[in-house]
Amino acid sequence: MTALLETRGVWQRFGGLVANSDVSISVGRGEIVGLIGPNGAGKSTLFNLIAGVLPPTQGSIWFDGEDVTHMPAAERCQRGVGRTFQVVKSFETMTVIDNVIVGALVRNTVMREARRKAHEVLEFTGLAARADVLASDLVPAEKRRLEVARALATEPKLLLLDEVLTGLTPTEAQTGVALVRKVRDAGITVLMVEHVMEIVMPLVDRAIVLDLGKVLVEGKPTEVVRDPKVISAYLGDRHAVGA
Amino acid sequence: MDKNFAARRRRDLIIAAVLAALAALAPLFIKDVYVQNILILTLMYAALSQSWNILSGYCGQISLGHALYFGIGAYTTELLFTKFGVLPWFGMLAGGVIAAVIAMGLGYPFFRLRGHYFVIATIVIAEIGLLLFQNWEWAGAAMGITIPVRGDSWLKFQFMRSKLPYFYFALALCSLAWFVTWWLEDSKWGFWWRAVKDNPEAAESLGVVVFNSKMGAAAVSAFLVAVGGAFYAQFLAYIDPESVMGFQFSLLMALPAVLGGIGTLWGPVLGAAILIPMTELTRSYIGGSGRGVDLIVYGTLIVLISLALPQGLVSLFSRTKAKRATR
Repeated sequence: MTALLETRGVWQRFGGLVANSDVSISVGRGEIVGLIGPNGAGKSTLFNLIAGVLPPTQGSIWFDGEDVTHMPAAERCQRGVGRTFQVVKSFETMTVIDNVIVGALVRNTVMREARRKAHEVLEFTGLAARADVLASDLVPAEKRRLEVARALATEPKLLLLDEVLTGLTPTEAQTGVALVRKVRDAGITVLMVEHVMEIVMPLVDRAIVLDLGKVLVEGKPTEVVRDPKVISAYLGDRHAVGA
Repeated sequence: MDKNFAARRRRDLIIAAVLAALAALAPLFIKDVYVQNILILTLMYAALSQSWNILSGYCGQISLGHALYFGIGAYTTELLFTKFGVLPWFGMLAGGVIAAVIAMGLGYPFFRLRGHYFVIATIVIAEIGLLLFQNWEWAGAAMGITIPVRGDSWLKFQFMRSKLPYFYFALALCSLAWFVTWWLEDSKWGFWWRAVKDNPEAAESLGVVVFNSKMGAAAVSAFLVAVGGAFYAQFLAYIDPESVMGFQFSLLMALPAVLGGIGTLWGPVLGAAILIPMTELTRSYIGGSGRGVDLIVYGTLIVLISLALPQGLVSLFSRTKAKRATR
């Protein structure tokens, strides 16, 4: 079976800065894949290339057997790519349910159905009690959850999560982890960018480590964390020798 | 929850129907022509502001150039009527369609601009339109067009003896603009527009084609405003560039919505109901050398409202919005 998502030799340059160099990764159907790496590794850039915010300088991106390299974000969403934003981008003057309806309208043209779908998603993500609250009145953890809910309402095949677990309290993070598992169990493939290693590692099936814009290592989380190259990228060479 | 939502929409519709019915009865008690005149203008500006609100309020693309579409509606109607004998009813539709097409043509380059740059572009384009009409000989240039009056006629939509037909048309137009907004509010377009206003990048990621949404809003908004322009031309029976395309029209469409509550269903109607009578009254009572006093009065009002109730006057009636405003 072909991979759901594939990047082939992707480069992204911003002026003189090379954010991604020759990145080739693939994500299989039903997987939870973690995209990790130290600050400035090029995770967010790669993430935005996959979501369709901008096309790569070079290379191609394939989704569900189709070349989507130059497809705009809205169209990718229609094909089944859902995403969240690292810095939450709620529709602040709209209620929680209305935020989610916007997502649900991608596959439901009748308002009544879109509304029903949105309620279903709020139920699934544990936001049902907050449906009629303005998005601007949510606490940060709820806003993260709303990002996920909105993306889920578009009924994606692939859900891209950008640091949804970062900056949460341990309890909030655990609820978040449970939600991600639930999403995968619902048959949705997940690619998540994360910072907090101890939360991501037990959750993902496979981890891809980026460093300085390149794929450094990829494999099972237990192997990846022991890899000297990874330790060196995060902590410096001295520690890698020690390991 | 869904029940609440459906009930709220039904309630809005019932309130609107009752208000429209009451307004329709008003001429039975109000015989004074001067007051009738004010009512007509109030209804017209409520309709215009409601239409402006679709693009600028819901979709968040602030336009201060809607006078252009108003003027296009007026000129299309009168040029077709005086030069080709086309009845104003058809001219009105033609004006609406032309304005919608022009709005989309202008949107094509300008919707790439954001925030203030977009506002500036709309002002400049409307001024260019004004200059073009001032110099267009065939369209009467700065002298304008006088509409030949041959007695009262619904066919030619002109009335000398009574203002009531104009009153009922303005009421119908206002009701139509309100109803279109009401209907769009719970539609895919309505949701897309609000999403585009709040956060275009997030909207795009949820499958909203931001550019097309703006184009749709611009077309609907311009069409309705041009119909208003056609009405106004018939009502005046004389048009020149300044009196149907002047900058003040752009302001008088924006201000009621801002005062009443921008991006809300009731804001424009509420704002117009307060602002327009006040403008007319201050103009005639303080009048004369006081030309401009009306502007000072409602300038002050806008400043006070923006400070005290940034969501507009409707926030007094809506609990969630009021709570937000006081935060």
